[in-house]
Amino acid sequence: MKNRTFIGFVGPSLFLMALFIAGPLFSVVWQSLHVTQPVYIQVETEVCTPGFLSQKCTKETQTQPKLDENGKIITETKFSGFESYRALLKPELIFKHISERNWLGLTNIDFYKALRFTLTFTLITLPIVLVLGLMIALCINQALQSLRGPIIFVSLLPFVITPVIGALSIRWLFVGDGILSILLEWLLKREIALFAQGWTIEILMMSYRVWHVAPFAFIVFYAGLQTVNRDSLESAIVDGATRWQRLQLVILPHLSPLILFVSIIHLMDSYRVFEEVIGFRSEAHVISLQWLTYDLLTPDDTGNRLISRASASSMLTMIGIIFLLFFPLSRSWREHKLRRSG
Amino acid sequence: MSEYPDMPRSFQLSRSLKLLSNGFLSIWCLIALFPLLWITLMSLKYPLDAFSANPLVVIFGPGTKAAGASVNFFDLLMVILWISVAFLGIKHWQVKKNLGPKNLLYLGISIGWLFAVFVFAELSTSVQRLFGVDFFFTTPLVGMTTEHFQSVWIEQEFYKQFFNSLLVTAGVVSISLTVGTLAGYGLARSGSGWAFWILMIALVFRALPHSVLVSGYLPWFINSAEWLSPFFGEVAPTLYGQPWAIIVVLASINQPFTIWMLRSFFQNIPRELDEAARIDGCSHGEAFVRVIIPVMWPGVLTAGLFSFLLAYNDYLVAALLLDAQNQTMVPAISGYFNRETTSTDQVEAVAAAVSITAPIFVLVMVFQKQLVSGLTQGAVKG
Repeated sequence: MKNRTFIGFVGPSLFLMALFIAGPLFSVVWQSLHVTQPVYIQVETEVCTPGFLSQKCTKETQTQPKLDENGKIITETKFSGFESYRALLKPELIFKHISERNWLGLTNIDFYKALRFTLTFTLITLPIVLVLGLMIALCINQALQSLRGPIIFVSLLPFVITPVIGALSIRWLFVGDGILSILLEWLLKREIALFAQGWTIEILMMSYRVWHVAPFAFIVFYAGLQTVNRDSLESAIVDGATRWQRLQLVILPHLSPLILFVSIIHLMDSYRVFEEVIGFRSEAHVISLQWLTYDLLTPDDTGNRLISRASASSMLTMIGIIFLLFFPLSRSWREHKLRRSG
Repeated sequence: MSEYPDMPRSFQLSRSLKLLSNGFLSIWCLIALFPLLWITLMSLKYPLDAFSANPLVVIFGPGTKAAGASVNFFDLLMVILWISVAFLGIKHWQVKKNLGPKNLLYLGISIGWLFAVFVFAELSTSVQRLFGVDFFFTTPLVGMTTEHFQSVWIEQEFYKQFFNSLLVTAGVVSISLTVGTLAGYGLARSGSGWAFWILMIALVFRALPHSVLVSGYLPWFINSAEWLSPFFGEVAPTLYGQPWAIIVVLASINQPFTIWMLRSFFQNIPRELDEAARIDGCSHGEAFVRVIIPVMWPGVLTAGLFSFLLAYNDYLVAALLLDAQNQTMVPAISGYFNRETTSTDQVEAVAAAVSITAPIFVLVMVFQKQLVSGLTQGAVKG
């Protein structure tokens, strides 16, 4: 295919991605280093209050936003350096807390709170999703042929459901006198309030995420199981390998590219954790990095959006995902090269 | 053993292991289904039943029945029959893969049935009133009310959000498929090193959290009347709050995923097919139109399903870039749970949630095979 025809085919897609994915990245970098604020002017006003014999007049200087001829607030954009990053990361507080060994204080700063939760969430759900997905795939692989369709249908539902709605549906089961929290209370013989403290909400959020993503892992693994080399399995039996050894030495190596694939996708997606915070309404206890940016972008009571701080938080989020994906991506890159040369 | 003619010995299990494995599967299915099933039940009851601590009360709804809202044996029978007709229609379509007259028959029957259910429900109550006796058919059986759905859809005008969602999803699906199909085909057929790098960059783009991108757009969208005025003059639009702006944004965010999926699909279409057309004197474009377009629909359908899901399920982008009157269904639901003050409000929020889920349920039912193939396609091919 000639270069020109290639560009003809790929061009529109590249244009969209450049304009709406690459473009915003540059704009985020710029915004995080600049601050847009209303221009304030000092206005001297004489305020007079009626008094006995004569009016009492005081001169006051007020700061007011400057207005243009249409009555709109004039804003100016200034280079602010790393001020927005500082406002998020609060380095002076870190040093204070670390020198006082006050680790709890550290997790009370929004950014670190969000970072801690996002990372724990991502790293804890990953192995659970992989193991659960593999178990379902192995079990369904021996189920009756006629039952497989319905089981896959039921399993797909948690995966395709709108994430906010999925989180809400789990929340309604556990909130207050929800049916499952009553069941839990009955089992544990004590009163529980699952939405009163952070760690129980976190467990619910992780369970929701596992429920939501396990079907994806299971379907990918199930497809992989269909292509396991049966001869090598048969010969493993002849050699006297136990079921566990067959799984470990034949099936898992065969699935390893798929496990890597599911891991990469899961890292990307769970690092973006956001809908859970909305659905579980956990912002008072638990927040995530993406929610932090979202919150900074939402107008506050006075209608201001903290754009530059949100951009700084976006930049930091992005740096995080690069770190997180570096290891698995470089591994698949190496495998790709090996396969090409081999 | 005869159940598994092609099952190798290695996959066969002892009786106890088989029991264990089937038990595990049943538990999984229960867990997968339960939350959705339960909120559907809740949405159909009055608050007293919906939030009862006794699960049987939630299922049978005695309070709802006492309040006069119930279905009888006859209604249930009609609904079950209707579901089976619809199911048969879908199965028939899945097997035959094309829309024949028989499908239209099924479609006709199932739509007609829906009307019949309403008519007969009225009929059975009027027969009852006429004779003043309870038939077995007409005794109230299970308490059930559609009041909350009516209130959400009609009084609170949820249909407006529904149409906004419809507009946004339709726009996203059509744009991302048009652009993505061309790119996927180009990437699959080009041997150049560029193709590889484009795919790698697309993978990196896929990893970006959407909030990062939105914080890049937001100031531009809000101030767009200013910086677009040199091009459009007085009529320069404010992009913030415009459905078509969010359509383009979501379609672009979706591009990395779409081109990956469509590329692997086009790679499975034999190269010889379009090469033959090229030898006959077609250009690449002509070969694409004449040879590839007729055979690409299964892959496009699969990619379209995933674009649909992305656009339909999106919360973050729509919540930040659309204003209240153009809001889509999913962000609008936060309005419901923010004013969950009375218990009726809560059941209405549940009903809104069920309303959002229903189209997805139908989607999985009809397109299960395509969804599964889409999930495995990228993965297995590597």
